[in-house]
Formats: sequence, C-alpha cells, structure tokens
Amino acid sequence: MRKKILAALEKDSRLDVKDLAAMLGEDEVNVVNEIAAMEAEGIICGYYTLINWDKVTEDKVTALIEVKVTPQRGMGFDSIAERIYNYDEVHAVYLISGDFDFMLILEGKTMKDVALFVSSKLSPLDSILSTATHFVLKKYKDQGTILEQKSKDERMLVTL
Amino acid sequence: MRNPLSEKAVSLEPSGIRKFFDIVSEMPDAISLGVGEPDFDTPWHVREEGIYSLERGRTFYTSNAGLKELKEEICRYLKRRCQVEYDPAHEIMVTVGGSEAIDLALRAMVNPGDEVLIPTPCYVSYYPCAVLADAVPVNIELKEENEFRLTAEELRAHITPRTKILVLPFPNNPTGAIMERADLEAIAQVVIEKDLMVISDEIYSELTYSGDHVTIASLPGMKERTVLINGFSKAYAMTGWRLGYAAAPKLILEQMLKIHQYAIMCAPTTSQYAAVEAMRNGDEDVAMMRESYDQRRRFVLKTLEEMGLSCFEPKGAFYVFPNISRFGMSSEKFAEELLRSEKVAVVPGSAFGACGEGFVRISYAYSLKALKEALGRVARFVRKLEEEK
Repeated sequence: MRKKILAALEKDSRLDVKDLAAMLGEDEVNVVNEIAAMEAEGIICGYYTLINWDKVTEDKVTALIEVKVTPQRGMGFDSIAERIYNYDEVHAVYLISGDFDFMLILEGKTMKDVALFVSSKLSPLDSILSTATHFVLKKYKDQGTILEQKSKDERMLVTL
Repeated sequence: MRNPLSEKAVSLEPSGIRKFFDIVSEMPDAISLGVGEPDFDTPWHVREEGIYSLERGRTFYTSNAGLKELKEEICRYLKRRCQVEYDPAHEIMVTVGGSEAIDLALRAMVNPGDEVLIPTPCYVSYYPCAVLADAVPVNIELKEENEFRLTAEELRAHITPRTKILVLPFPNNPTGAIMERADLEAIAQVVIEKDLMVISDEIYSELTYSGDHVTIASLPGMKERTVLINGFSKAYAMTGWRLGYAAAPKLILEQMLKIHQYAIMCAPTTSQYAAVEAMRNGDEDVAMMRESYDQRRRFVLKTLEEMGLSCFEPKGAFYVFPNISRFGMSSEKFAEELLRSEKVAVVPGSAFGACGEGFVRISYAYSLKALKEALGRVARFVRKLEEEK
C-alpha cells in the first residue's frame, strides 16, 4: 500500500484522502494512518506546489552551480554540504559523481543576487576549490511535469 | 437513374441511438464519460519510433501479412502473456485495427446461412460484419446476475445445426465483464463437442484487473478452433494508429490474408514500426496504465455505490455498466436527460444490443478530476430523479 500511496501523492499531493482510499480499495482510516506514519518516519518530507514563475510577474532566477571542494578528514563531504545547504537561497544540494562534487540549485530575485551569493558567501568558504554558475533561461519540464502542457481532450465526445 | 445502392448495405441498421449522438455533437461543452478509447497519449518512445521510421524514409508497403519483426514480436508477446505459441511465418497477420480482423475472420469462415453466435451487449461491429459476410447473426443475451459472462448453458441453448461460429468478446465493451479460466473451460467443452469455431476478440486483454487475462486459444484443443484477435489500441493507447492483429491456424489465416491482400494491401507501415517498439519495450507502460485504470475503476464503483446506482463489479476494459432500470425510463431517455440537465454524456446501453436496455455505459478513461466533476453531476441527477418519484 505504501508504494501506491507514494506514487499517487508524488503526482498530486492535494489528492483527497477519501478519493485516494477509494482508488486503492483501502479503508480511509488505514490510508490516513499510513500517511501519518510515513511523515513521522521522514519518508514523506513535505508537500509543495509546482509553480511556473515565468507566468507570474515577479522576478525570479534559478541557477545551477557546480562546486568543487576538498573533502575534510573524518567528515567527508557532509560538513561542507551542511555549511552550504543552511543558506536559505540554496534550493537543493546534491553530491554528484564526475567532474565536480556538488550540484546546487539556487534561487534569487536577480542574476546579480545569485552572483553576489556565489562571490561573497559560497566561494570564500573553506575547502571550496571552484564554482561554475549556469543560469536557467527557460524551464520546459519540472518535477516530471511539462510546464506548457496542452490540456485539451482531443478525443471525440462519444465513441462506441 | 437506376438505384445505385446495394440492398445489403441499405439493410444494415444505422446505430439505433443516432438521435442521441446528434444531441451530443451539438453540445461541445458537455463533460463526456462516453469515450471508448484511452485517455493516455501513446508512450513517447513508441511515438518517437514512428517518427524515426518516417525520417528514415520507411514509407513503403510492408508484406501483406505485416513486418516480419512485428509478427515475431507478436508471437513472443502471445507466448509471454497468454501462454500460447504461434508460428510468425504462417499463423500471424497484422491488420488495420482489431476491427479489420473481425471482418476478415468472419468472411474467411462463414458460408451463406451459417449462424454466428454473438453474446450481447457487445461492441457494435460483429452483427453487421456477419450480415455482410452473408451469415446469420444470432444474439445471445447475457445476464447481469451472471456478471455478463457467457455460460455454457446459454451457449448450448442457442446452438442449431447451422451454428458455425461463436464470437467471444471479453474483456467486454460495454459491460467490462471478463471470462476467467473456469468460465472459458466450460465454453470450450461445448465448442469442441458441437464442432464450432471461435473468434475471440481480446482487444482489452491487458486491461484485466483480477489476475491475468486468459485466452481461450490456450485451452487444450482450442488453438485449432480459434481466431485470436488483439491489437495495440487499448493496451498501448494507440487507437489512432489503427493497428491490430490476428493469430489463427494457417488454414484459416491464409484465407483471411487473401481478403486482406485484395482489400487493404497491408497495415500502415509507420504504425507497424512503432508497434515493434511498443511490444519490445512497452510492458512497463502497459502496467502503469493498467494500475491507473484500476484505481479509477475502484473510485468510480465506490462513487456509484454511494449515489445508489447499482452496478456489478466489472473486472476488465475501462467501463462500468450501471443498472438504471429502477428509474422507469429507457437508457436512451436517461442518457438524454442527463445530458440536457447536467451536461454529462454517457452511452445508453441499448446502443450495444437490445439487452443493454436498462443500463448505461460509463467510461473511466478520464482524469480523476474529470471523473469527480462528472460523477458529482450524475449524483445530482440521480437525486433529482428520486425526488420526482
């Protein structure tokens, strides 16, 4: 049941529990309990909304930042990661295989904001060797969702 | 001027609910629960393969029976999913949808006056195809209390010395009924005893929600008596690609192929290349769509139950077939009133044969959001009818 609940909520976190229970053929109470348990266990970590900010007249830029670091003795990458992810501007931090170590997703109001963050906060951190900042120009698909999706049902109204 | 028309063509009945369809087509803002095709787009990797085949300039006829690779994939699929083995060189042909295969199978097997048994309610093409083949279609009226399965007794009761073919349309459109192994074994026994042939239309086979679909061709002694028909429309959400297939003993397939060769040449080449990809790498898509339909099926059944519309639990296809007879109106009237007052389109059961009267077909090949909205309106409509009573 857990996998099915997660698959459904991953696609639509606003799904009504009553509907979800009906869809899974489960008791509503069981589904509520299962979701609560998964929240307590840190399996479900939050419920967010996917927003196409391009359609809102608010300045917002997203940047992907590659970061090379020197891992610290006894701590590996974790303590540097912590120093980075605690900044509010930092949206996501991933440890990455390949040419660099971390991939950051950063959100700021303007490109200047982002550039300032990199030069004044990120780069000066101990053990940061280098960074490379890539600004996102357009989001086509995010979180598995195509943002400019056609939504019209093109099927004929009735077919036998 | 002389009468340009064939008497046979003229004798075919147009759909009995044309009036209803006319009303629907004038209401483009209606919410529909009336569609008989998947709401998914064809999986991208399958579409991409079709595009690639065009880019490569694969724009020629294929051999009459279809691409060799596709016939081989179909055989692997039938072995993997249905435990029945066919020879791709002599026992498989690719058709323009399952519908062409139905037509071919009937034309290849019947002589004038042979009787063709058709369990109803069912999809609308078997009856006219039998007529066009000069056969005599004989309806078997299935019963709600049997969950619209065909029983051996019902079959026996309709067999005459002229009976040659049984059409077996399961999982069923419009009822959603399926035939499980034990049901099929009982039917196979009668078929063998009475020396009948079977045209098994299994186009909804992948949309079976209680265990795996069983084909009658896999039962002992039945492969040589069965034309198995399936296709890509429902399982892979490929209705517009018009691609189906038939698997049958060489003796029968040769005749079907002859008619296909003269009438059609070959199924669309682009679609065939896309279908190879679907069969090679599409199992996960099929499983995902099946799970999604199954969830919506449960949701719709629960919602209908809550509004007091009685409905047996269908275990296949993507339809539910609730009984509306207690409102004391015909299914066409019910559908028409529902459309006029709540702007929700469902299909009257009578469209699928006289014994569909008293039922409506509701398709759940829609998003949960659309289903919730539409069923909310149906519930309001049902409440109103009850108050009027």
